[in-house]
Amino acid sequence: MEIEKIFNTVKILFTGLGTSIEIFIITLILSIPLGIFVAVLKNSKNKIISLIIKLYILIIRGTPMMLQIIFVYFAPYYLFKVSYDRFTAIIIAFVINYAAYFSEIFRSGINNISKGQYEASYTLGFNKCQTFLLIVLPQVIKKILPASSNEVISLIKTTSLAQIIGISEMFSLAQKQSSYSFSIFPLIVSAGYYLILVFIISLIFNKCEKKLDYYTM
Amino acid sequence: MNIVEVKNLKKSFGKNNVLKDVSFTVKKGETLVILGPSGSGKSTILRCINNLEKIDSGNIIINNNEMIKENKNGKLVYNNKKVLNNMNLDTGMVFQEFNLFPHFTVKENISKALKYVLKKNKNEIENIVNDILKKMDLNEKANSYPCELSGGQKQRVGIARCLALNPKVICMDEPTSSLDPELVGEVLNVIKKLAEEKKTMIIVTHEIKFAREVADRVIFMADGKIIEEGTALEVIQNPKQPRTKQFLKRYIN
Repeated sequence: MEIEKIFNTVKILFTGLGTSIEIFIITLILSIPLGIFVAVLKNSKNKIISLIIKLYILIIRGTPMMLQIIFVYFAPYYLFKVSYDRFTAIIIAFVINYAAYFSEIFRSGINNISKGQYEASYTLGFNKCQTFLLIVLPQVIKKILPASSNEVISLIKTTSLAQIIGISEMFSLAQKQSSYSFSIFPLIVSAGYYLILVFIISLIFNKCEKKLDYYTM
Repeated sequence: MNIVEVKNLKKSFGKNNVLKDVSFTVKKGETLVILGPSGSGKSTILRCINNLEKIDSGNIIINNNEMIKENKNGKLVYNNKKVLNNMNLDTGMVFQEFNLFPHFTVKENISKALKYVLKKNKNEIENIVNDILKKMDLNEKANSYPCELSGGQKQRVGIARCLALNPKVICMDEPTSSLDPELVGEVLNVIKKLAEEKKTMIIVTHEIKFAREVADRVIFMADGKIIEEGTALEVIQNPKQPRTKQFLKRYIN
């Protein structure tokens, strides 16, 4: 009887886990390239562009993510009376938010590459795009791996905020199950799921760091 | 035939006038050594030739390409990208701090520009790289990463990387200054070999003895100006200017 109940909870939460992981993966795939792009723009010599980027990062880092999610979903409705898909809204909110954080990590990595690397690359005739892709980016990735692993781990836990606009991700199901069955157990199961995911992410990052251990800068 | 022509070059960093009207030429096959105390502007000349610094006034001509197209009321207009790219390919640079790409092997450090800049095919690249590795005595290190090399080996890779593109002139900015004393010799030997092969080179160095052996011509600079210019024998053995004498005395004693 008890075993069946446990098994049932694990199963129900598992259906929400899919949504959490979906948000997690789509956000990663979109926010990392966008973050690189934003980082490059922030280093731009064009003052207006770099000012806009600074403002964007200030707003994203200076306001609660919960507010941002609600804003992204409800602002179009209040302003233009248009409503749209919740899942799209959560992806937009997450990508905008995480791109800002990733961009700061990338920027610190890019600024950490010595001037000599750019100069050597220039004198060998590489153009700017080649310099970035062949010379700078691979070194940046090695440099920022530890800092990004924190951000990625935080992302999987932050997916729980998706429930604010009514998305049934794993943690929202756990809360529902908990109040429905008047038991703390579903919350413990959800904690277990997060721990497993974080464990896997850390493992992957450790593997990557080891893989890039073959050289020092 | 002049490969490099530096005309009335002026360059300042803020209020610091690093180069005050410097002119000289380098002929094909010639090794020019620039001597002088620290801060005299030697390295800045090489950096200007490689377009790593924008110049304030004057012009630099490499293999008949002019860096500056015109002078509009004192404001320099640089030549178009194509000309500057050609000039860039005609000049090579060897850095004091090596500036090797740490994530590439020795072989990759040498071959990447052949592939992506000169767009050579696989066989050509293989041949060029193997020749150069042999010449620089780096065969055994072909698949090592820069962090696994000694300073002398690193600088030989730096020279090999530059040489692979076969530039018309190779600039070397204090190539042995960040090496342990016992590693200086191997790098100087390689440079000597290049001089014997009549590669056109401009070398900034503090190694007076080496300068005497390798230089066809020597320029002595101080305070952003050329003080004395001539053959190695003239400038190093029999300097005429008191400033040169003073500088050399410190090194020879």
